[in-house]
Parts: sequence; C-alpha cells; structure tokens
Amino acid sequence: MDLQVEGLALDRGGWRLFETLSFSAQPGEHVALTGPNGAGKTSLLRAIAGFLRPSAGTIALRGGAEDPATRIHFLGHRDGLKAPLDARAHLRHWAALLGGTETGDVIGRLGLDRVADLPARTLSAGQSRRLALARLLVASRPVWLLDEPASALDAEGKALLNGLMDTHRAGGGIVIAAVHEPLGAPSQTIALGL
Amino acid sequence: MFAYFANPERFMRISAWALPIAAALAVLLFAIGLPWAFLFAPPDFRQGESARIMFVHVPAAWWAMGIYTFMAIASFTGLVWRHALADVAARAAAPIGAAYAALCLITGSFWGQPTWGTWWEWDARLTSMLVLFLTYVGYLALWAAIEDETRAARLAAILCLAGFINIPIVHFSVDWWNSLHQTASIIRSGGSSMDKSMMQPLLMMAGAYLAAFAALLMAGMRAEVFRRRVSAAALRRARAS
Amino acid sequence: MSILRATAAVFRRDLALAWAAGGGAAAPVGFFIGATTLIPLTAGPDRATLALIGAPLLWLTAALAALMVLERLFQADLEDGSLDQLLLSPAPLELLVAAKGAALWVAIGAPLALAAIPMALAMQTPPHAAPVVALGLLVGLAAFIGAGLFGAALAAGVRRGGVLIAILVLPFFAPPIIFGASAASAAVEHGLFTPAFSLLCACALGAVALGPIGAAAALRLHLE
Repeated sequence: MDLQVEGLALDRGGWRLFETLSFSAQPGEHVALTGPNGAGKTSLLRAIAGFLRPSAGTIALRGGAEDPATRIHFLGHRDGLKAPLDARAHLRHWAALLGGTETGDVIGRLGLDRVADLPARTLSAGQSRRLALARLLVASRPVWLLDEPASALDAEGKALLNGLMDTHRAGGGIVIAAVHEPLGAPSQTIALGL
Repeated sequence: MFAYFANPERFMRISAWALPIAAALAVLLFAIGLPWAFLFAPPDFRQGESARIMFVHVPAAWWAMGIYTFMAIASFTGLVWRHALADVAARAAAPIGAAYAALCLITGSFWGQPTWGTWWEWDARLTSMLVLFLTYVGYLALWAAIEDETRAARLAAILCLAGFINIPIVHFSVDWWNSLHQTASIIRSGGSSMDKSMMQPLLMMAGAYLAAFAALLMAGMRAEVFRRRVSAAALRRARAS
Repeated sequence: MSILRATAAVFRRDLALAWAAGGGAAAPVGFFIGATTLIPLTAGPDRATLALIGAPLLWLTAALAALMVLERLFQADLEDGSLDQLLLSPAPLELLVAAKGAALWVAIGAPLALAAIPMALAMQTPPHAAPVVALGLLVGLAAFIGAGLFGAALAAGVRRGGVLIAILVLPFFAPPIIFGASAASAAVEHGLFTPAFSLLCACALGAVALGPIGAAAALRLHLE
C-alpha cells in the first residue's frame, strides 16, 4: 500500500494553486503539509480523498482494496457531528457507514468516558475534535488525511493524537497532515505555495 | 459545432464578423417580415385580423423550445467534454430563451382574448410554455445564486438536462388532463394545412427570430469572455501583489 | 453487505434526527393543517364548492409543506462536514442520498398522508374518497421528495436557499400534482380514479429513480 502523486495541478475558483507537484508516501510514513493560508493544503487533501478532480497529473493508491474511497479516512476542519446525538450514536453510525467494526474501548482511548452519553451540542470544541478523531478508530483504513487535526486540542489531546498517529504508522498506515504548527515526527515535509 | 468553437480565441475571431452579419440579417428579416405579416398577408378566414398576432406568437414558441434544446446540447457538451465556452453559450442563451417564452405567453394571451374570449386558457401548449418559462427562471436563478463560476456552470447544466426531460412529461400530463376535463379544444392555424400565403411570412418571421437569437447570443458570449478575461487579470494582479 | 449496512445507517440516523430536531413531522404537518384551514376561509364555507375543490387543493398545501422541509436536507450535512463522510462510504452516494430521501418520506410523508384524512373530511370530501386522497398523497410525497432531493442538492451551498429550491423544483412538481389531484377529483365524483393513480405512481417511480442520481451528481460538485 503506497501513495504516488505525480505532476499534480489543482485549480480553485479559477486560480491555479500549484502545478507539477510530485511526492510519494510509503507505509509507515507521516507527510506534513505546510504553507501559508490559501496555498492549497486542504485542496490537496481533498484531491487525495477523491473529492476534488485534479486539473492535471495523477494520484494513485497502490495495493489493497480496489475502491480508493474505502482506504481513506478524511478528517476535515469540521467535525461532522450532529447536535442531538451522543458520542456512542456517532461511533455506531460511522462504523456502519464506513464499513468498520466498533472494536475495543474507543471512547475510553480518547478520554471521552465522562461525556459519552451527552448530546454532541454539549461538548466543548476540544471534546468534539476528540470525538471526530475517534472516527479514525472505528473503521480501519490505511490512509489518514488530517486537516489541522490538532486545532482545539489541549496538550493532553495533542499527546493523544500523536499516540494515535504513531500506532497507525507502526501498523503500516500512512498519515498525511496539513499543519500550521509542528505536529509529531513527520518523515517528510512538503511546503506548498513557495 | 461546439468542439470547433471550443477554442475561445477562435470563437472571438469568428464572432467578431459573424455578430454584425447576424444582427444585420435580423434587422433585414424583421423589416420585411413584419409589414408582410401585418399588412400584406391575407386575414385568416375564421379569425380575421386578430390571427395576425400568430406571426409574432408562433415563432416565439418555436424558438423558446429551440433555444432550450440548444442549451441542453450545450450543457451536455459542457458536462462531458468540459468546454468552458459551452457553459458560456448555455448561460448566454438562457435570458434570450426566457424572453421568447415570455413573448409567446403575452402574445398568446392577447390572441386568446378576441379568439376564445379569455386572456388565458389552460391548454397543453400554453401551460407547458409557462412551465418552460419557469424552468428558464430557475436556471437563471441557480446561476445567480452560486458564486463559484465553474460549479455554477456544472450545476446549471445538470438542471438544464433534467428540465429537458421534464418539459415533455409536463406537456403530456397537461394534454391528458385537458382531455379529461374536456375544456374547449383550441384549433390553432398551423401545421401543414396552412396556406402558402401565410406560411411564407411565418417562415420569414421565424428566420428573423433565429437571426436575432444568434446575434444576441454572440453578443452575450463575447461580453462574458471579456468579463472573464478582466476578472482573471484582476485575480493575477491580486496574487502578484 | 457493507453497502446495505451503510445505507441502513444513513436511513436510521436521518430518521432519528428528524424526530430529535424539534418533533420531526410536527412543523410540516402543522403547516399543512394551517394552510388547509385557509381554503374554506378563501373559497367560502359552501359545502358543494368545498367538496369539489377541497381534495385537489389538499395537494397544493401538501406540496408546499414538502417544500418547507427541503432546505435543511443537505445544507446541514454540508455545513457540519458529514457529507464528506458519505463520499468515503463503500456504498455509492446515490444510494445514500436515496436513503436520506426515504427517511424523510417516512418521517414527513406518512404523518402528512395520515393528517390528510381528517383534513379531507373537513373539506367536505365524501368519506369514500378520503382514503384515495391520503394514499395518493403518500405516493405523491415520494415524487415530491424525489424531485426535492435534486433541487435541495443543487441549492445545497446557497445561504437561505429555500426560495431557490422552490423555484427549481416546482416545474418538477407539475406532473404528480396533475395526476394526484385528478385522482382525488375522480374519486370525489365517483369516477374511475385508477388511470390517474397509475400515472401518479409512474411519476413517483421516475422521481424516486432519477432524483437521487441527479442529487448525487450535484452534491459531488458542491464537495469539490
């Protein structure tokens, strides 16, 4: 399972964000995307997820299942929570939607025990983000695309996130994260907008 | 045709001389067709002088449908082959089509008053023309509501194609509905039974409408291409600074 | 298997959300009853007139009630990011969109059709025709929701898109309204209502089959 990006060009709102971007990521790698606002970090993640069609170049996920959508986790700016539903309902839904199995104590691992039965509207921003991170664990997928995953997280939450990423990499997974502040120990850094 | 004109440079070059020709042709055809229809063509033997409004009404109906078909083809081309100019063509055609549909509805109403004694008749043709007009309005409203232009073009193209399926269904349903209610069946002069002396000015008017559409379409498309160039230049300057 | 499970999950969640967020069908059904109440206030209380126009006009108020619920259908999912997750499911987006429509139909369509029976009787519709009106509305709401999915998806990115959605979908409401109201009229007048009813079912089938396909195509564009 590896990711190959070759000669990629992306357009946004009639503007060319970048062109001829090439990189590859092997199992266990953590690629950090950096760059100023508007450089195209989110667009690149959305293109890898298959949401955004490249203007030129190719993105290939080799090995594993045939449908690329089922090999990718996408964690965007927004947590994808529904105000009236509690944490357990969210996890059940994601497991079914993404074809995963609810295994182990996901809620405990993310330190959400105390709020597990509360509707999402009562969660703080940091707790909401932790619940969104839990989505990464209910379905096992090799490629994690994370857009500013540490935003709203406290120091403990950041350590938790680092732990999740390390475990994922140790299991042969790939992490691609758009970041403003350094996060974890990336194996390569791609600076956009230069 | 769309593939050939897909190159905006080529379109701008050709339309630079085709636009004045089409405009001149439209003026010429109207200058001949209008007096012919209103002064020299014989009055209808049943409906008398009021039937002359047909020469304005019928071509408007034909081309209101023709322009929608044109838009559907352009939308399909834009969706499948992603020609930006096809999107521009569909967008530029829509207000003209809407205007023709409105003209058809208004003249139909004026024709209806002396002929059937009512300003409006819910027959299949008028009703489906009204739905076609609403479809045009929805298409333009969708364009106006979506800010990102490429996205607006694709969404509007999907809507245009869905409307293209819907209009015949509406026509059939209203036809069926009318046969059920047995409202006065309206026999319009039209079709092959029409006399040559009336058919010729009618075709002349249809040609005039078509030439006017071509001229307005090219003018609208050229304005849009110029507008895009200006906004692209502004975007470049904003990025460069 | 995973496709079915994902589709069922979307259906279940939308149904739960419809009931959780402010009582589900309460608002559209309330609107339906309120708007229908205006019919005799507009046309006068004459029984014979109401018996003639009441049942077909229920179709108008039901269509307006259906329009009301369309605005939030995809808007909320687009805003909170959960629409992204639908694209990452093993199930095709078309199917998941259809599941959302089905949830809306169960949450809104069934209560509306049920409420149509007392409202039809209040409109002086003869009792034998009331079930035809209710059953027709149940089928008709499937057609409205099928077309509505498409309109709501087209306008998903638009702020306060309710009016836009109405303009976009009303032309698609015309055929089911014609056949549905005709079936209601025929039943009231002791006529044969099955031809109109079958054509209504055909409209609903077409809308249910094509609506999710168009809606999914539009949503993919919004998610780019």
